Amino acid sequence: MDWSIAKILMQDGIVTGVIYALLAVSLVLVFAVTRIILIVQGEFVTYGALSFALMADNQVPGNRWLLVTGGVLVFLRELWLVFRGKPAATLLGSALFCLILPLAVFFAVPAVLATEPSLWIKALLALLLVVPLGPMLYKLAYEPIAESSVLALFVVSIAVHFAFVGMGLVFFGAEGRLVSEPFFDGQLELFGLTWTYQSLFVIAMTVVIIVALWLFFGYTLYGKALRATAVNRRGARLVGISTSMSGFLTFLLSSIVGVLSGIMIVSFISLTYETGFMIGLKGFVGAIIGGLMSYPIAAAGALLVGIIESFSTFWASEYKEVIVFGLIIPVLLILSVTSRHDEEE
Amino acid sequence: MKKFLPYLIGAAISMNTFAALAAGETVNVGVVVSATGPAASLGIAERNTVALLPTRVGDVQVSYTILDDATDATQAVRNMRKLISENNADVIIGTTATPGSLAMVDVAAEKKIPMISLAASAAIVEPVDGARTWAFKTPQNDFLMAGAIVQAMEKAGSKKIGFIGFSDAYGQNWLKELKNALQGKSIEIVATESYARPDTSVTGQVLKLIAAKPDAILIAGSGTAAALPQRELKQRGFKGQIYQTHGAGNSEFLKICGSACEGLILPAGPILVAGQLPNDNPMRKTGLDYTQQYEAKYGKGSVSGFGGHMHDAGALVAAAIPVALAGGAKPGTDAFRQALRDALEKSKDVVGVHGVFNMSPQDHSGLDERARVLLRVKKGQWEFAQDLN
Repeated sequence: MDWSIAKILMQDGIVTGVIYALLAVSLVLVFAVTRIILIVQGEFVTYGALSFALMADNQVPGNRWLLVTGGVLVFLRELWLVFRGKPAATLLGSALFCLILPLAVFFAVPAVLATEPSLWIKALLALLLVVPLGPMLYKLAYEPIAESSVLALFVVSIAVHFAFVGMGLVFFGAEGRLVSEPFFDGQLELFGLTWTYQSLFVIAMTVVIIVALWLFFGYTLYGKALRATAVNRRGARLVGISTSMSGFLTFLLSSIVGVLSGIMIVSFISLTYETGFMIGLKGFVGAIIGGLMSYPIAAAGALLVGIIESFSTFWASEYKEVIVFGLIIPVLLILSVTSRHDEEE
Repeated sequence: MKKFLPYLIGAAISMNTFAALAAGETVNVGVVVSATGPAASLGIAERNTVALLPTRVGDVQVSYTILDDATDATQAVRNMRKLISENNADVIIGTTATPGSLAMVDVAAEKKIPMISLAASAAIVEPVDGARTWAFKTPQNDFLMAGAIVQAMEKAGSKKIGFIGFSDAYGQNWLKELKNALQGKSIEIVATESYARPDTSVTGQVLKLIAAKPDAILIAGSGTAAALPQRELKQRGFKGQIYQTHGAGNSEFLKICGSACEGLILPAGPILVAGQLPNDNPMRKTGLDYTQQYEAKYGKGSVSGFGGHMHDAGALVAAAIPVALAGGAKPGTDAFRQALRDALEKSKDVVGVHGVFNMSPQDHSGLDERARVLLRVKKGQWEFAQDLN
């Protein structure tokens, strides 16, 4: 191996690493606030990516049905809760989110596609199609058992993951897809390497998303409420922060991050309906390195996973996954020695 | 209600049987495919093809029952037992992937029922002894395909070749067959790399391959995942000839691969280029008929080679049924299963879409060199490579 190869591997590792970093950050976010290990995060990536890819081919993605079905189910549950004594005024907001929005998207997608819009509009449509599934998922699968143990929530996560993978096969088919026209065409020389604009775009978007999350958590009321919930759930509830609202918001954020990652990578990596799990798992390794607590360490850890993965494909392609996942063992050892246990509940 | 349910079901079943008796005899074909899971892109095409198989052979009805095994060997075996005990199957077709098919061979021998696998590995039917006397298969052996690639490499005068394949049975088996086919030739493998189906980047492997400076590279992957190394090789400026295996032979692969696939060569069943085959080729007619039927039902450009294996399995069964019936055994009996197995083993000149089958007690695959053609990708389409065949 010489320096030029090392540089190319480094570049490759960074481009995949930033995607892992985004996933790691959203996994940490969801875990900190709701104690849920969101395995299905990888499916948000593939759903976003594949519905975007389908629309880039001018096909209408079948998952618009899922959006409407999910919306109706959540609304029925809200109706039941109102029947059981929840203030009826909340129904208006639910109707807006669960019925009006999905139906609007459902009919808007084919209508807008018929006008042959630009790639950017299609990306926006993909966001609208998939992102609301995040909060809906929280309402349906997690909110009723929000106070259960981490293990119970984890088991539900596995079930949700399989459900999403299965539905993904129905909506998107078994074959991989790729958007052949990138957002930006062309490349430039930097540090003696050729960077496509697309890969620079991915890196820049990641930085933007992470800065946006930082601003959100540091300077907005909702962000601070989420942080408070993460630090101490019971304390947060005592000062009037709704855990249900926190869960809703975190799932919204994490599905936005997931779908954005998907839309960005499907331009240079072909994804199938089941690729998301592996990507999510690599992000999870990063999140573990951050102790499922620290955002910057998780992001850095995920970047490291990307780079190690890239180098191990060169040295020992057969053992690539072994090396990447073997990384957790020393990390867990160090964490178990250094961390203090202060279970709040 | 619950109490009566078993009776209701029983009544329904017996009515079914009466109906079948009234309409003449019925041969039950049990089908196991992997319509979900990692092999889904193959399994779905196979499942779709079942609807096109003959439902009547001579005086007897042929009925098909399809179960999905989710590309899981355990589930494949469970499905097979279910088809035998509940549907009284006379013959089993399946399953899509090699591990499941291997597991099913033992059940076939235990229940004394013939099975026709849709998986490629030669290990399912070779050597024909013990449990494998009950097993047949329709896809081409990898060895047949590897031989074609090596021929093309020799013709092009390649001396050093690189190999990159899936890090599972598919890739490993191809590497083995490639080495077999290379024996005694003056071609040397200078680099061997592997990658996993769901991988998103193969930069490392590709750099290493290129560093070994091979004249040609063989990519052993299937479906759209085979496009990943192809694109990367082109992006990193590899100028030599790239070969793929027949696993890459579907239209989705071409779509994903785009311009990076121009000029690549792969061996495949004749079905992919049925319309371009010479007029005297027996597979031209069957291939065109099948393509036309499939695309009329599932949309233009939807046909793939994988569904063709199911078509051929159906053709073998249809050809064997009259022979088995001539022996006097009634469908649904052990004697009939035995007769069907013997008839399958005697299949002569059964023309499928992938080749001409001639089975024998030593060969339960039955295909010869007519079952593969070399294709080249030109302008995003498969083209029958005149100079190589």
